Amino acid sequence: MSQSGIAPTLAEGVQTPTPPVRSSTLVTRALRLWRTRIGALFVLVVVVIAILGPYLAPHTASEFVAIPNSPPGGDAGFLGTDYLGQDVLSRFLYGGRGILVMAAVSTAIGLVFGVAIGLVAAYARNALDDVLMRAMDVIMAFPQIMLALVAVSLVGAQVWIIIAAIAVTTAPRVARVARGAAQPVVERDFVQATESMGLSRVRILTGELLPNILGPMMVEASLRLTYSIGVIAALAFLGLSPDPNGANWGTMIQQNQISLATQPWGALTPIIAIALLTMGTGLFGDGIARTAAGIDRERGDE
Amino acid sequence: MRWLRQGGIAGFIIRRLMLGVLVLVLVSILVFAATQALGDPARAILGRDATPASLAALRAELNLDQSVLGQYFSWAGGLLQGDLGNSLAAQQPVTELLGSRLVNSSVLVLCAAVISIPLSIAIGSWAALRREKAFDTVSSSVMLVLAALPEFVVAVLLVMLFATTVLQVLPAISPVSPGQRPWQVPEVLVLPTATLVLAVAPYVARIMRASMVEVLESDYVEMARLKGLPERTVLIRHALPNAIGPVFQVIAINLAYLAGGVVVIEYVFNYSGIGSALQDAVVNQDLPVVQALAMLIAGVYVVLNLLADVATILVTPRLRTRL
Repeated sequence: MSQSGIAPTLAEGVQTPTPPVRSSTLVTRALRLWRTRIGALFVLVVVVIAILGPYLAPHTASEFVAIPNSPPGGDAGFLGTDYLGQDVLSRFLYGGRGILVMAAVSTAIGLVFGVAIGLVAAYARNALDDVLMRAMDVIMAFPQIMLALVAVSLVGAQVWIIIAAIAVTTAPRVARVARGAAQPVVERDFVQATESMGLSRVRILTGELLPNILGPMMVEASLRLTYSIGVIAALAFLGLSPDPNGANWGTMIQQNQISLATQPWGALTPIIAIALLTMGTGLFGDGIARTAAGIDRERGDE
Repeated sequence: MRWLRQGGIAGFIIRRLMLGVLVLVLVSILVFAATQALGDPARAILGRDATPASLAALRAELNLDQSVLGQYFSWAGGLLQGDLGNSLAAQQPVTELLGSRLVNSSVLVLCAAVISIPLSIAIGSWAALRREKAFDTVSSSVMLVLAALPEFVVAVLLVMLFATTVLQVLPAISPVSPGQRPWQVPEVLVLPTATLVLAVAPYVARIMRASMVEVLESDYVEMARLKGLPERTVLIRHALPNAIGPVFQVIAINLAYLAGGVVVIEYVFNYSGIGSALQDAVVNQDLPVVQALAMLIAGVYVVLNLLADVATILVTPRLRTRL
């Protein structure tokens, strides 16, 4: 720990200590590792395809192009046609945006609430801490996909309920990590110093605690994003997407699973995309985690 | 409550039991509140153009005409007596509907657990012993990639590899007909089990490796080596029992996850277990079945966590003596 004798005499207007690991330096340093670079590249490729894809698609997502399940070539296009004779390439190019946007939004909401709950619990150090964390335990008793399914069974597969279900199941898992990371920080001298300066609780949480847990939170964010993508794609795969016939990678896999033996591209293309995306976020998160651990170790040696 | 803080292992188990029951009660309130809060179940089931008479009839069947507390207690009381209500879609008791499917799913989860737990403990320990060497680097990378892949992606890839596109050695789907037991048709279990193993093993192996690395660097392992004990004894008698403690927690979480993860995998393979029952129930808005399965899976989670806590204490010498 780097608490080496910082006992500043608190003059007025004293600068609060700079956060030990700035998120920008952490990413820059993490990008020196190959796994982080590969991860970032994978994610970048899939995100670009998902965002620009609809502008590049040769056909619309629901246009009849050739005989169903035609292999690639000729009228059937670069990747062939799917079970309804629609162009696989076009559906693939259309099908990523929805998943990505929903995953990003729901994970972001879950992160914000999770970090807030975790920080409040860690800073409270009293009954509130216990109550909050037990409540999180109750929500965590449901696997993510399970709670999403229960929610969808009640109001149907609408965008808002899927986002809400994933945010609600993401938050407790984030809160647990945030609380664990913030607990040692709360005990440090500079937090007491800011308390005695009379800073408001909100300023202490956001200005003092939050910058000090950015490393673990970035790791957690990429991990949670990986799972959110998986759950949203799995829901679509189970036939529970907002638009059951829309172009969506999860839906495509399910619809074309039947014809795997004759025309595998209909299912294989979205599978590759989802795999690249989740492997990318996974590798990126691991790179950040390793870098953060390395920085901690250097500090310990000082 | 002071007497509960003492009492050694028995006291500890009683405390954990009470906490588990509390969590289960809260979970049941959550399941019940979720089904209450998100609109009128009767209308959701019958749709917009339901007649008032049919709405009233269904409300009576679902006990929706009672007060909220009354509804909760009649539902929770039924749960305790093993009465889970009637399925709305199949018009038969939920317990009858789910009974054989529960057996099928348990067989699947059990197969996956029996294979994945020893396998991942072995891989994790071996990687820790060969730290930074070839096996460790390769297994860590493979585990990282496997952990990131959603399980239905793994499942479809396995189908392509072994059933359709590359090889045709295993069935692509795993139907179990109503009178049949899964162990009578073992070949259908292979691919679903393999998927579950690949979904769970990375997590257990990673935590086992981390835990083992830490233990191998500890003073007591060095002490045991300095005493001149053979390396096998050091590993099995000294390192493993201390390293395996944290792993129980992860195993418990992952087994509970298996209970939820089977939903998607059973659907991929058309395997008739609780997972595909849940998918059916969600599509048909069959609330009693959804409620029952939600309680069941959450219950499995709570019980497994309880067992993991107790097992951790019993196995880890350091923690056991502190009680």
